[in-house]
Amino acid sequence: MRQPKNIFSNLDWPLVGMYVFFILVGWINIYAAAYNEEHKNVFDFSQEYGKQFMWIAISIVLILLVLILDAKFFSTFAYYIYIIAIAVLIVTLFIGSDVNGSRSWIYFSDSVRFQPLELAKFATNLVLAKFLGDIGVRMQDISTRLKAFVFIAIPAVLILFQNETGSMLVFASFIFVMYREGLSGNILILGFALIVLFIFTLLIDKLIVVGFITLAAIVFFFLINRSRKNILLYLFIYFLTIGFVFSVNGIYENVLQTHQKKRIDVFLGKVTDIKDKGYNVNQSKIAIGSGGLFGKGFLNGTQTKYKFVPEQYSDFIFCTIGEEWGFVGSGIVVVMYVLLLLRILFVAERQRSSFSRIYGYGLASIIFFHVMINIGMTIGLAPVVGIPLPFVSYGGSSMLSFTVLLFVFIKQDANRMQVL
Amino acid sequence: MPANKSFTSRRYVINTIFVVIALVFIIRIFFLQIIEVSNKSSADNNVFRYITEFPARGLVYDRNGKPLLFNEVTYDLMVIPHQMGKNFDTLGFCKLIDTDIVTFRKKIKTATTYSNFLPTIYDEKIPKEQYGMLQERLSEYPGFYIQARTIRNYPQPYCAQILGYIGEITPDMLEDDEYYKPGDYIGISGLEKSYEKELRGKKGARIIMVDVHNRDMGSYMKGKFDVEAKAGQDLYTYLDIELQEYAEKLLANKRGSVVAIDPNTGGILAIASSPAYDPNLLVGRDRTKNYFELLSDKNLPLFNRALSGRYPPGSTFKPIVGLIGLQEGVLNTTITYPCYGGFPLGNGKMIKCHSHPSPLALLGAIQTSCNAYFCKVLKTTIENNHYPNTEAGFDAWRDYVLSFGLGNPLGVDLPSESGGNIPTSNYYNKSFGKGHWRALSVISIAIGQGEIQLTPLQLANVAAIIANRGYFFTPHIVKAIGSLDNLNKKYLIKKYTKVNPEFFNYIIQGMYGVVEGGTAHNIKMNNIQVCGKTGTVQNAGKNHSVFIAFAPKDNPQIAIAAVVENSGFGATWAAPIASLMIEKYLTHKVERLDMEKDIMDSKLINNY
Repeated sequence: MRQPKNIFSNLDWPLVGMYVFFILVGWINIYAAAYNEEHKNVFDFSQEYGKQFMWIAISIVLILLVLILDAKFFSTFAYYIYIIAIAVLIVTLFIGSDVNGSRSWIYFSDSVRFQPLELAKFATNLVLAKFLGDIGVRMQDISTRLKAFVFIAIPAVLILFQNETGSMLVFASFIFVMYREGLSGNILILGFALIVLFIFTLLIDKLIVVGFITLAAIVFFFLINRSRKNILLYLFIYFLTIGFVFSVNGIYENVLQTHQKKRIDVFLGKVTDIKDKGYNVNQSKIAIGSGGLFGKGFLNGTQTKYKFVPEQYSDFIFCTIGEEWGFVGSGIVVVMYVLLLLRILFVAERQRSSFSRIYGYGLASIIFFHVMINIGMTIGLAPVVGIPLPFVSYGGSSMLSFTVLLFVFIKQDANRMQVL
Repeated sequence: MPANKSFTSRRYVINTIFVVIALVFIIRIFFLQIIEVSNKSSADNNVFRYITEFPARGLVYDRNGKPLLFNEVTYDLMVIPHQMGKNFDTLGFCKLIDTDIVTFRKKIKTATTYSNFLPTIYDEKIPKEQYGMLQERLSEYPGFYIQARTIRNYPQPYCAQILGYIGEITPDMLEDDEYYKPGDYIGISGLEKSYEKELRGKKGARIIMVDVHNRDMGSYMKGKFDVEAKAGQDLYTYLDIELQEYAEKLLANKRGSVVAIDPNTGGILAIASSPAYDPNLLVGRDRTKNYFELLSDKNLPLFNRALSGRYPPGSTFKPIVGLIGLQEGVLNTTITYPCYGGFPLGNGKMIKCHSHPSPLALLGAIQTSCNAYFCKVLKTTIENNHYPNTEAGFDAWRDYVLSFGLGNPLGVDLPSESGGNIPTSNYYNKSFGKGHWRALSVISIAIGQGEIQLTPLQLANVAAIIANRGYFFTPHIVKAIGSLDNLNKKYLIKKYTKVNPEFFNYIIQGMYGVVEGGTAHNIKMNNIQVCGKTGTVQNAGKNHSVFIAFAPKDNPQIAIAAVVENSGFGATWAAPIASLMIEKYLTHKVERLDMEKDIMDSKLINNY
C-alpha cells in the first residue's frame, strides 16, 4: 500500500480551486451587502464580513483536520456521526432558541450560535453512502428503499419540527442519489409530476386539471398502451391522481402554515402586493435586474447599499452579485456552480468504492438543491425558502458544514487508489 | 469493479438535469438584467428622492422700507395613511405626540377620507421643542413625516385686503399652470395673487438617496444634478403703512373705504376697506375657522370695497359734468343758471336742491353743489345742436366720462377690481325705446345718481386727474419689483382725459371754494390748501357720505376719496376722514385731535 507523501498530494485541484473561488465571491459580496461606512475594514469583527473571515479561517483549520484524518474515519464512524447528529437535533428541539418562529439554533453566547441541521445534512449523506455502499445492499429491494427512506426521514421530520421547512426540503434532494443507485426513474418522474400537479391545481380550476388528466389517460390508454394490460392498476393510478388533485386545497389550507402559503401565493403570482408579502422577491428582482450587463460596480449597488433587500448578505446574497457585477458576474457564478456539480459527479464516478461515489452524489445533490432554490427565489423562479447559497452566503454553520461536506469528498478522492 | 455498472448511464440524466436548470436560470437572469429595463428605473425610484426645494417667497415693503410681511418657517406633521401599515404602533405614537387614541383615530379617518395615498396635514405649526424630538423618533412610525412650510407673518395688523393671502392650490388652478404640483401654495387674493409670478421665485430640486427605512443617505453625485431654488422677488410699494393704519382706524366700526393716491405717480398711498381684519387671522392654526367667520360676517370684511364696491358718486361727479360742459363749449365761467330749490323735470316732479344763493356761475355752483346748475349743464351738453340727436350727444358725453378712467376697471395691480358703471345709450334705448329719451329722462346722472357707479378707487383717481389738471397714471400699489430701481413698467404711461387741461383750473378754483367756504368748510385747515368736493349719495338706506379731495392746491401731493356707507352728509363723515388723512400725510402729525377722536369713536356699524 502506497502512503501519500503528504496530505496535499492527490487532491483534486479543480475542486479546491472552485471552492476558493466561491469563498472569495462570498466574502467580497458580503462586504458589499453589509458595507458599513464607519467600519470599512474587511477584517472588522463587528461586521458580517469580518465574521465571515473568521469562519473562513476556521474552515481552513477544519480542512486540514479532515485531510489529516484517515480517509476511512468517516465511513467507519458514519453511523455514530449520524446518531450524534440526530441526538443533537432532538436536543435542539428542547434547548434551541426561538428565532422568528424556528427552533433550529443553539446559542453558546449572544453572537456564537450553531445550527445543528447543517451537521444533519452531512451526517445523513454519510450514513446513506455507508448504508447503500455496503456489499449486498441492492436498491431494487423494498427493504433497502424503506431503510434508506427512514435514514432520510428521521432528520427531515426533526427539522420540520424545528420549523425549518426549507432545510427539510433539502433532504428530498437525496432522491438523485437513490436514482443513481438504482431507484426506478418513475419515482423521479412521479415526484416531478406531483409538484407540477400541485402548482397547476392551485393556479387553475380543479375541473380543468381533472379534464386534462382524463384526456391524457385516454390518449395514453388507447394510443400508447395498446396491449391494454394492467387495467386495474391503470384505473387505480388514475383515481389516485384525481384524488390528489382534490386534496391539494386541503393540503394547502390545512397542512401549510400561513407564511408558507403566502410565499407560494407570491411565487405563483396570485398575490401581487409588492409592499408586503412579495416585497423581498420584488426588491430582489429589481436589484438583480438593475445590474444590467456589467453591473453597477463593487460597492455601487444602490439596492444593496441601502438595504432594500432584507438579509441580503445571507440568503439574498445573489442580489448583490447581480446588482454590482451584472449579467456577466451572475452568469459566471451560475456557470461555476454547474462546473462544480459536474466536476463532483465526474470525480464521484471515478471512485472505486461505492461509499465515495454515493457520498459524492449526495454532496452534489445537496449543493444543487441549495443553489436551485436559493438563486431561484432571488430571480422569482422558486418560492422564498430560507436556505443559504453554498460557500457564498454569510453564516458560520453553513460555511463550515459545506466545507466539511466537500473536503471529506476530496479526501476520499485523494485516497481512492488505496481502496481495494 | 463497481457492483452496479448497469446504472452508470444514469449519471448523464443527472448531469443533464443540472445543466438544464442552470440554463433556465441564465436565461431568466438574462431577461431580468438585459431585457427588462424597468428594473433599472425601479431601483432608481427606490433609492432616489427628488426633494423639491421651495424658494423663500418675496417680501413686501412700504414706501419707507418697512416690511409689511415676513416669512416664518413652521413645521407640519404630515401623514400618508396607506403607508402606516397594519402593525402601526398606535399607542406609542399617541404617547409620542401626547394625544388620545380617539382623537388619533378620528384624525386618521379624516385624512383617509381625503386621500389614502396623498399626504395630509395631521398637525400643523408644531412647536420648536417638539419638532426636534419628533424628527428623531418619527422613523419608527411609517407614514408620518415632518414638512417645513413657510407661512406669512404680519408685523402690523393692517393691509389684510391689499396683501391678500396664500393657500393650497386647487385642482382647477393646477390645470392652468404646469409649475405647480398638488399641495403647493399659491396667492389667492391681493398682491399675493396679482404678483404671484414675481413673489413665488423658482422651485429647485435636490436629489438625495435614501435607504430602505427612508433615511437620508446624502445627496446624489455630490449635488451635481441639483437645481437651486431661486428666491422670490420682493415688492416695493407706494403704500405708507402709517397712513394705511390711520385710514383703517378712522374707518373702524363703519362700512366704507378710503383710497389715497400720489397724483404724480399714480402710486396708491393707502387703500382701506372697512370692516378690515388682522391678516394674521388667515395664517396659523385657526385660519379655517377664522376664514368662515369672516366669510359669514354680514359686513363682508373679505370684500374689498375700495376696488370692488360700486357706489353712485353723487355730487362728487359734478366736476366731471362741469369739465365736459366747458370742453364742449356749452359752458363758461360766467354763465349763470338760476335754482328754484331744484331742477324741474317738466312732469311736476323735480330734482331737489338745498337752499343757497341763486343764480350761480360755475365756481359758486361747485362750491354750493347746486343740483339745478349741473342738470342744466348736462342737458345743454347732450342736447347740443351740433349732434344730430340726444343719443349722439350722450355718446359723445360718455366718451368724455370714460376718458376719466370710469366705466371700466382702471387696471390696478390688485385682483377683482370692478369697473363701476357708466350707462350706454343702448341701455337707455332699451329702457325708453330708441329716440324716445331726452336729457331729462336721464338727468339724474348729472348729479352722480341713477345708473352711474364708481369704485372708491375710481373716485380717488378722479381727484388725482383734477389735481394733475387733466391726466393720470393708472393707480397701482407696487412701485418696483426685485430692487428699487426696477420700476413697475406697466404703470409709467401718462393718460390724458379728453378735456383740455386749461379748463381744470376753473374746477379746482371751485373745489378750493368747497373747503374754504362751501359745503365742506368744516374741514378747512390753515396750513394746507385743500380742494375737495362733497357728495351725499341717495340710496335705499341712509345716504352714503362721499368726498373727493386733493392737496395742496398747487403742486398736489395727495389725491383722496372717502366713502362711508349709510352715514349721512358728505361733509359729516367722508370729508373729515379725507381731511385728516391729508393732514396726516402732508404734516405727519394731526392737530385736530377732536375731529380725529369723533371719527374714530363713531360706531355706525350697529346701524346697518
